[in-house]
Amino acid sequence: MPELGRAALLVTLGLTTYALVAGAYAAHLGRRRLARSAQNALVASFVTTAVAAAVLLSALLRNDFSFIYVARTTSEALPTAYTISAFWGGQEGSLLLWLLVLTGFGAAAVSLNRRWARDLIVWVVPVFAAVATFFAFLVVAVASPFATQSAPADGAGMTPSLQNPYMLAHPPLLYLGYVGLTVPFAFAIGALLAGKFDERWLIATRRWTLFAWAALGIGQLLGSHWAYVEVGWGGYYAWDPVENAALMPWLAATAFLHSVMIQEKRGMLKVWNVLLVILAFSLALFGTFLTRSGVVNSIHSFTESSIGPWFLGFIALTVAASLALVFWRLPQLRSPTKLESPVSREAAFLYNNLLLLALCLAILWGVVYPLISEAVRGEAVVLGRSYYDFFLRAFGLPLLLLMGIGPLIAWRRASLRSLATTFRVPTIVAVVAGAVLLSLGAGSSMPGLVAYTFSAFVLATIALEFVRGTKARKALGATSWPTAFSSLISRNRRRYGGYVVHAAIVLFAIGVAGSSAFDSVAEAKLAKGESMRIGDYTLDYRSLEERAGPNATEIRATLGVRRGDRDLGTLQAGKNAYTIEQQVSNEVGIRSDRLTGEDLFVIAEQIDPDGSVYFRVFVKPLVNLIWLAGLVFLVGSLITLWPDRREQRRLVARASEVGLPATR
Amino acid sequence: LTLALLLGAALAVGCVVAVALPFLREPEPESDALDELDDDDRRRLALLEERDRALAALKELEFDHRTGTVSDEDYRAQVGALRRDVAAALQALARVSGEGQPARKRN
Repeated sequence: MPELGRAALLVTLGLTTYALVAGAYAAHLGRRRLARSAQNALVASFVTTAVAAAVLLSALLRNDFSFIYVARTTSEALPTAYTISAFWGGQEGSLLLWLLVLTGFGAAAVSLNRRWARDLIVWVVPVFAAVATFFAFLVVAVASPFATQSAPADGAGMTPSLQNPYMLAHPPLLYLGYVGLTVPFAFAIGALLAGKFDERWLIATRRWTLFAWAALGIGQLLGSHWAYVEVGWGGYYAWDPVENAALMPWLAATAFLHSVMIQEKRGMLKVWNVLLVILAFSLALFGTFLTRSGVVNSIHSFTESSIGPWFLGFIALTVAASLALVFWRLPQLRSPTKLESPVSREAAFLYNNLLLLALCLAILWGVVYPLISEAVRGEAVVLGRSYYDFFLRAFGLPLLLLMGIGPLIAWRRASLRSLATTFRVPTIVAVVAGAVLLSLGAGSSMPGLVAYTFSAFVLATIALEFVRGTKARKALGATSWPTAFSSLISRNRRRYGGYVVHAAIVLFAIGVAGSSAFDSVAEAKLAKGESMRIGDYTLDYRSLEERAGPNATEIRATLGVRRGDRDLGTLQAGKNAYTIEQQVSNEVGIRSDRLTGEDLFVIAEQIDPDGSVYFRVFVKPLVNLIWLAGLVFLVGSLITLWPDRREQRRLVARASEVGLPATR
Repeated sequence: LTLALLLGAALAVGCVVAVALPFLREPEPESDALDELDDDDRRRLALLEERDRALAALKELEFDHRTGTVSDEDYRAQVGALRRDVAAALQALARVSGEGQPARKRN
């Protein structure tokens, strides 16, 4: 029923346009019923978009190839799970997903805050509606998922690298992150338009921002693991423009999550925070533009399309209008409080912000440089890995150190004598760790050694904070150590959840440093029965077999693996030849050592007709800490996201003191 | 095609009703003005935020001192100023509450 999909999207466009125009008019003139009507239109637009999404999903599941989108992205042989993931595998479907999540988040955020922040919400609705109107226009007029044709016998199938379980979660999580950043943007712009600079916009968006940030973080890690196991080049992050596109808004959102604490605790950095929210949202739009426009060469750019100019125009309009608004409200946004000392927690947060922003802008420059060089010199010059690695070390290592310094410095100011006492234990731990690693040969990579030493420092500060905090809670009357520990976390979820996230970042840094600075690689062409060595490992090429998979012919080389005299079993690496898609993919073999976190990673680069295989083999120390970091990151994010009843009661009491409804 | 068009039309009608609902429920309201915070309430809200911020800062300083993250020297240097901030916020709030009308209940 493509007509129903088209009609539903047309109604969505009408509703969002109405919410934009009527909402802005109602907010400007102070009309209550019209404002409520605009809010209803925004909520209804989610229902109509959901109907359109249901039509597309149904067409995918029925293999209805009369839908051009279905025929282009799936085939009869494609397993059902990947048929569902085709919803976001192509441009039109992913834009529809953007719109669905956007209208859903808009409806939820407006419904949850329409009572206690009603004077703010009247301006938030038209901002949400403006973004939704843009996306609704795209799926109605520029890239419709409901275009039809005479149905072919079978579809073109899905790009082989997308036929991976990670594709069921990685893109939707990134979209949740990208779209989630619309919520703080809409509330920040709504607050600017309304001239309401109290804390309500921060309170209303705090968990949305955390959720979007966590989804972006986990989505990127899943994407990295997908690249590691599926793309088959031996790495997990290639500084690809589309990978960077997700990293940049995450960095901006990370900066915001830190600097917003300074606004909440000291009433400072109001302009800075609004600018960070605008930057994070604009980068989320830019990320979608990069992924979907095909404007840059990327392993992720699956399509060349015509939506680029529309996106660029919308991003330019968003940035210009937002900055003009900030400039207009500048006098009201100035804070009476000043930074009291360069040695204070707020100063440490500020340094952290500057480093995050510098890293973000360095990456942005690396992403746009090929476009600029092509426009100016007629030749696209791509900045390689060394460019990004340089800035990752220059800004990332000090950032890592600051994660350990920040929590141990007092707000407002800290004396040098106090710092010497506070930092004694973490510094000793870091120096000892550095010396031990140096004696073990880690000095072969100085950045790696520095990263490990800083990591030891940060882990020591985190452990110290938990130990001291638990002791203090016990002294304050907790009945047992576990009770003291849980009370410590539940009384300040953001602080201690944040420390868990910091621990995740440290694990990540150790994994990255280990697998990139201390890895080894070996290559050899082997005939059956021949062997090769890498480090302590010996690989014996035993056999080659071909089998029929559900939608591909699978060729696998089997290797026996030994470490010294110990037999570690076998490993398979090979290729899949996809019949319908007419493409071949690398299927790598990985053997993980759960104790050391090390991977033995085998790629069958070339398989010759005589059965000989050209193998490329990596040993990646500590790489599994990167994936473990993902789990720890998830735990830390959940702690920070968990509702805080004490804070809720305080907010309700505050609201009732000015006569606002007790419920949000 | 007919069924799809019928469903599409039904969807559109449902949306029109949802959008018109505030006007259908209150065809002739006493007031159609937005219920916004007046200047007194906004001032009171700002002071309440100031009070909560000062109280939270004092509480955090006390806890950090107890854990040893903040030394005795730094604690003594800060606690007086923070207590004065709390007192000033409470006094300002009491002044505004005394001057202004009692907070009215908003629905």
